[in-house]
Amino acid sequence: MAVKLFIDAIRDALFHAMREDEQVFVLGEDVGVRGGVFRVTQGLIEEFGEQRVMDTPLAESGIVGVAIGAAAMGFKPVAEIQFVDFILPAVNQIISEAAKMRYRSNNDWTCPLVIRAPFGGGVHGALYHSQSLEALFYHVPGLKIVIPSTAADAKGLLLAAIRDPDPVLFFEHKGMYRLIRDEVPDGEHIVPIGKATLRKTGDDITVITYGLMVHYALEVATKLEQEGIHAHILDLRTIAPLDREAIIEAARHTGKVLIVHEDNKTGGVGAEIAAMIAEEALFDLDAPIMRLAGPDVPAMPYNAGMEKFYMLNPQKIEDAMRNLARF
Amino acid sequence: MAEVRMPKLGESVTEGTLGKWLKNVGDAVSKYEPLVEVVTDKVTAEIPSDEEGILIEIAVAEGETVRVGTVLAYIEQSRPASEQQPVLVESNQQHKAIEPLTTKQRYSPAVRYLAQKHAVDLQTLSGTGFAGRITRKDVLASLQTVNEQKETDKPLLPPTEEKHDIQTIAITPIRKTIATRMTESARDVPHAWMMVEADVTKLVKVRERNKKSFKEREGIDLTYFPFFMKVVVDALKEYPMLNSTWTNDGILVHQGIHLSVAVATEDALVVPVIHHADRLSISGLAHALSAIATRAKTGKLTLDDVSGGTFTINNTGAFGSVLSKPILNPPQAGILSIESIIKRPVVLADDAIAIRSMVNLCISIDHRVLDGLITGRFMKLIKGKLEAFDVTMDV
Repeated sequence: MAVKLFIDAIRDALFHAMREDEQVFVLGEDVGVRGGVFRVTQGLIEEFGEQRVMDTPLAESGIVGVAIGAAAMGFKPVAEIQFVDFILPAVNQIISEAAKMRYRSNNDWTCPLVIRAPFGGGVHGALYHSQSLEALFYHVPGLKIVIPSTAADAKGLLLAAIRDPDPVLFFEHKGMYRLIRDEVPDGEHIVPIGKATLRKTGDDITVITYGLMVHYALEVATKLEQEGIHAHILDLRTIAPLDREAIIEAARHTGKVLIVHEDNKTGGVGAEIAAMIAEEALFDLDAPIMRLAGPDVPAMPYNAGMEKFYMLNPQKIEDAMRNLARF
Repeated sequence: MAEVRMPKLGESVTEGTLGKWLKNVGDAVSKYEPLVEVVTDKVTAEIPSDEEGILIEIAVAEGETVRVGTVLAYIEQSRPASEQQPVLVESNQQHKAIEPLTTKQRYSPAVRYLAQKHAVDLQTLSGTGFAGRITRKDVLASLQTVNEQKETDKPLLPPTEEKHDIQTIAITPIRKTIATRMTESARDVPHAWMMVEADVTKLVKVRERNKKSFKEREGIDLTYFPFFMKVVVDALKEYPMLNSTWTNDGILVHQGIHLSVAVATEDALVVPVIHHADRLSISGLAHALSAIATRAKTGKLTLDDVSGGTFTINNTGAFGSVLSKPILNPPQAGILSIESIIKRPVVLADDAIAIRSMVNLCISIDHRVLDGLITGRFMKLIKGKLEAFDVTMDV
């Protein structure tokens, strides 16, 4: 066990999976010689060669299409979309083919495909390098969506995703690559898909969140603890399927729920969680379910001041948490 | 502002006892919407609002008895804006300033749920939430305090069983009414009692033979009671003095026979009336009885249903009783109990012993109106009719 950066934990998982199983291969733009624009795949081509670490043309629909075909033939492709913003040309392949393959073939064919993509803002990426697109996909049955918040989970969840017999979208917050570090188990380490985890327990308010926002919420919770406000923080880890049981239990624990995500508010994952709680835990609610999310603005601005306005940050989360605690 | 007054709920009714208030101060009230329950003479009626508006004051508390015409509540009418202004000015001049409405406490589902589950009176708690809102934690904290209190209380008190010996049951308005009327009757009316026994073997046969076809045809069970009612009504026609009322100005002999029938519900006794029972056949009486018993048990009796009885017949046999001493139902002069039908060995006219179905009939009379002679003849007639049923009779 060693303390590792979030990005190194992901690379760890790729090395581990590719050494273990010859059917696992990676493909994407600049994943080979360059080692990926963020250097996630650095070193892979040297060890596994260009047959298993494939540089592709700038055609996302092709990357995913090739990966689906290979998956159907029994390979376990890990496709990288350089930024989640670029995934849109491949949406037809993902939704119409990958998500439906098992269903359409009556279980004869599966699609053991992983698509990795960095997402999220706050890094001056502007319009085409800052989006959060999980809500676009979580509506679609047949897709799993994973968003880890720690280095250990990144490794454990990526290994679980590669072994999963169905398509998994693995979204990595790019702001976390070299910001988050924690203890990562060596060798085999699996974190099951579909299981949320409590990052902190408290009895005043419940915060349900994922990705980078988990860290902001924890930072605020530590501060509020000194004021006697004790937060209960649930890290979803998997967006689809949502861990219904853990969500309801966490909501019931305090009766006051704040859902936080960087993605736009309207139709976001928070809306689904709020509906779930309203359906199943009405008589445990002590306050209206609150959502704190990105504004319904078409894109993340480049201008630093505007970007700050757009992005969630610890201050905004602190205000929301304090308001809910006071209610 | 409109006044809601105690209405006159029947000819001889001069007062009424308030049951439950169905609206709280501050509630919006629609026209004709029930405001409060009133209990009179064993019937519960709902008083509707004559106005649309807000209930701003309740003047008479639940359980209080007030005379007809007493103001029970005030309603602030809501009218179209054009009309409202002058009305408000006028009412402000006539009445003292109306107290501003208190903001109703708002509770979250969790708080309501906990309060209900643990019987917490939320009015006694003070809230720590926004604008004094009572939070879930406030309720949980109060529960903990109560539990701690219980814990510390335990060793201090010596274990006494007496504390648990007596349980006080609150007196409902209808219970109070029954108590008052029965006390009055037992105190003011000189009761005389008499019992006869009748051989109803033939009646039992008639009922046995008819009950299946009757149920199929009429949809209700054929019990013995309508037969007894029929016989009693016929006897009352011949002895109208049993169907009368004592007053200091003279004895009122009623022309119509309106039979009061005692119906026991879990918490009270009600005595609905079958009007003009003398006009009904056995089948008609069975239907009237079924309808009225259903209304009584579901609490749907109307004032008319409980008014105007002239004689009471009581089916004490249903409880397995063989002898009872009923208290008169004022202002009636007679009340008759039909006891259980029981098979007994009986000595017949020819000195033979046979097993017969026997029933006891117990009557209480107002001795001011009647003496034993008339009552004896009345009971003898009933006995004769009961014993003379034609076993081939179809109901």
